Amino acid sequence: MNIVVLVKQVPDSGSERKLDPADNTVARASADNVINEMDEYAIEEALTIKEAQGGEVTVLTVGPDSATDAIRKALSMGADKAVHVVDDAIHGSCAVQTSAVIAAALQQMEYDLVLCGAEATDAQLSVMPALLAERLGLPQLSGARKVTIEGGTAKVERQTDGGFWALEAPLPAIISTWDTINEPRYPSFKGIMAAKKKPVETKSLADLGVDAGSVGLATATSKVLDFAGRPPKGEGVKVTDEGDGAQKFVDYLASQKIV
Amino acid sequence: MAEVLVLAELNPAGGGVRKTTLEALTAARALGEPSAVVLGAPGTAAGVKDTLAEYGAATVYVAESDDVDAYLVAPKAEVLAQLVSEKSPAAVVIPSSPEGKEIAARLAIKTGSGFLTDVTEIASDGTATQAAFAGATIVHSQVTVGTPIYTLRGNSVTPEAAPAAGAEQPVSVSISDAAKQVRVVERVVEQKSSRPELTEASIVVSGGRGVASAENFSVIEGLADSLGAAVGASRAAVDSGFYPHSFQVGQTGKTVSPNLYVAVGISGAIQHRAGMQTSKTIVAINKDPEAPIFELADFGVIGDLNTVVPAATEQINARK
Repeated sequence: MNIVVLVKQVPDSGSERKLDPADNTVARASADNVINEMDEYAIEEALTIKEAQGGEVTVLTVGPDSATDAIRKALSMGADKAVHVVDDAIHGSCAVQTSAVIAAALQQMEYDLVLCGAEATDAQLSVMPALLAERLGLPQLSGARKVTIEGGTAKVERQTDGGFWALEAPLPAIISTWDTINEPRYPSFKGIMAAKKKPVETKSLADLGVDAGSVGLATATSKVLDFAGRPPKGEGVKVTDEGDGAQKFVDYLASQKIV
Repeated sequence: MAEVLVLAELNPAGGGVRKTTLEALTAARALGEPSAVVLGAPGTAAGVKDTLAEYGAATVYVAESDDVDAYLVAPKAEVLAQLVSEKSPAAVVIPSSPEGKEIAARLAIKTGSGFLTDVTEIASDGTATQAAFAGATIVHSQVTVGTPIYTLRGNSVTPEAAPAAGAEQPVSVSISDAAKQVRVVERVVEQKSSRPELTEASIVVSGGRGVASAENFSVIEGLADSLGAAVGASRAAVDSGFYPHSFQVGQTGKTVSPNLYVAVGISGAIQHRAGMQTSKTIVAINKDPEAPIFELADFGVIGDLNTVVPAATEQINARK
């Protein structure tokens, strides 16, 4: 069972995140960059499947040089090797363009399964499995809270409001996972040391056969015109409960015509 | 006037049109004349087309087939792509559920278009407003290629009736084998609730770590029921096992934007703020006067939730 896990480096959702006023793209250079939290669940799931069924886990990342840190994190958890697509021309690409780059990279790899996190915490689109499935003609089993691989079949519980949908499709397939699916392992010291020696293959757009003019900000399918910080809220009212807190709360709701 | 296709999102099992669909029909009117698209098993359209007409659908395209229901996402994108190529609409507007976003993505590839997700407003020139970085940054964006496809975030637009003809037009459906790879074997409902759906509710009452136990979430539920509200929970409360994950509000949970959000025993970590800071009115109840949630609150009560919340619930119920 050969598994490719898509890993993205994102600005830490726990710190301040900004757009770059120069071109309205995510300010990655100045950000506190980390592995997308949701991808750790996909890596854990891939490692669990590999441990049960054998095979290899390969990390695939599209991103600037600095994304190496996210790749090393994935390798230190236990992934075997990585492919890093780096090309300045990719900067500012929309999701549609990025999916073309990832699809081209996948076409040069051998896999039975592609796994990824159910969303990246920076853009929060949650559409990469759909985009890749459409491009590659793969079954899309997205939003999984449980994955079972039996022979040539993938079974997934797709998380929904108040329950799940049981999905079934033949391999190869693409699956995205939510944070309800497992508890990602912490890299061991041994894992961290071993990760330094694991192979990371770097590829350019030319290596993938992707025309540099078809990606990047200039030809993106959507663009950000302008942005601004959310206007600050006016100073709210704060009361301390001295036996009358509930009354004041209900009075406030009444003043807002809510009760 | 230009035609705008609006994908109708429906409640399961003949439960009618979801509010998000009425919002999408309302938002679509900025761009042209909305037509609704109903995709589902045979018999789906009969119970919903009057409502769609009432909210502005000049035409209701009806694509009914068991295949649409039996396989995940891909068949719906295929039928919509067929309609886009036949009708050349000015735009496509889809309610922003997980499925809606995936349909939009596949439709974008099929039609060579760009798409924008979770938009909160659409202007007549096609410019969309989005809340980036979990609401901290407001962005204006445009699709620059093909037929613009938007997914509209729930509760961003107030549905307004605008009666139109709602002329039914059947669409012949033949789903390709390629779109029939992922079979939906079963749809399982685990938590039946009489409360409104979290992302649709106009009032949400959420509990955090301060609620202290799963049993004590009854205090949150009591206040929610007195207000006709949905119940939410912070990640801390979910991770502690106080409340199920499907009710989690925050960066890694649901994003909500109700008229009123009541945060009870929630400190207001960025993780949580990410899911609720676009709410119109925010009330916080917390015993820690320094809790960051108070920075967002229009009204805050510093006090013990176990005394304030039950007393408030009783007063609200007494007013009915």
